[in-house]
Amino acid sequence: MLTTLHKQLLNDYQHNFPLSARPYQDIADALDVTEADVLSALTELNDNNFISRIGPVIPPNHIGVSALVAMSVPEQQLQTVADKISAYPEVNHNYEREHRFNLWFVVIASDTEHLCTVIDAIEQETSYKAMQLPMLDDFFIDLGFKLDLNND
Amino acid sequence: MIEARDRQLLEHIQLGLPVCSRPYAEIGQLCDMPETEVIERLTRLKQQGLIKRMGVIVKHRQLGYRANAMIVWNVPDNLIKQLGGHISRFSFVTLCYQRPKQPEWPYNLYCMIHGKDKSTVLSQLEQLIDACGLSGFDQEILFSNRCFKQRGAIYQRAAHADVRATLVAQQPETAHIVGD
Repeated sequence: MLTTLHKQLLNDYQHNFPLSARPYQDIADALDVTEADVLSALTELNDNNFISRIGPVIPPNHIGVSALVAMSVPEQQLQTVADKISAYPEVNHNYEREHRFNLWFVVIASDTEHLCTVIDAIEQETSYKAMQLPMLDDFFIDLGFKLDLNND
Repeated sequence: MIEARDRQLLEHIQLGLPVCSRPYAEIGQLCDMPETEVIERLTRLKQQGLIKRMGVIVKHRQLGYRANAMIVWNVPDNLIKQLGGHISRFSFVTLCYQRPKQPEWPYNLYCMIHGKDKSTVLSQLEQLIDACGLSGFDQEILFSNRCFKQRGAIYQRAAHADVRATLVAQQPETAHIVGD
């Protein structure tokens, strides 16, 4: 069950997280609770798998390079192929989507050569063609995502 | 590009800010940097846009946002910036990118919508199409199904043994969006 504090932390601190020596104390002051309350609420959110981490979102292709890759894989082989691809540490998202191109994953690498090596290795290992869709422009201004948590 | 010390700092902090009283001091210890320098560098990186946002990264699926659609359009190149800018202003849109067309894939504008269920996402999409004038363009909607792997965009060097070891040990996440 999410408390008011949990909901405030989830919705109000997706961006503009304090960059100060005691950021959790600053949050506590703003929410009129104690630093210990904030630390334990964040630990609970983490333990319950509601947050992945507190940290920076780095725009694509500023550190290293990345590409979205799509594959068309027969349904009965999808799990096996997906598992092979997920095993690469350079792969960070790997989803099934409802389409002829049914497997979509993102590869992140240190440079273009590393990226190509990984994608070549994936094609070799799976024997399916990888359609590469690198990002050309990013229009999105990321301010986090407004969650409607009223029904929880 | 980015300077080496900033990169080193980001490599450590992208794995997550510790939940403790002086988290930036802890990050500083990992990369041999005083707390004040960590804070100054992060502040500057944010001003420069090399950090898009800094904060809590939520897991949408666990929080009830189970429907995720990637919508793609084939739009003329000269309209793409304007349309992308317009699409990005909707609060339910969680990503908006231009990508190259491919022989088997004639789409160049992508957006992502996360919602509690498919029907909500579809009605939000309808609203988006009307408001942005997207109805005349070829479009496909790809809802996500199984998630095989998901974690934050973790940038790593090919030869960074320590970071790699940490990454391999990390639990895959089930829903989190970042710039790819």
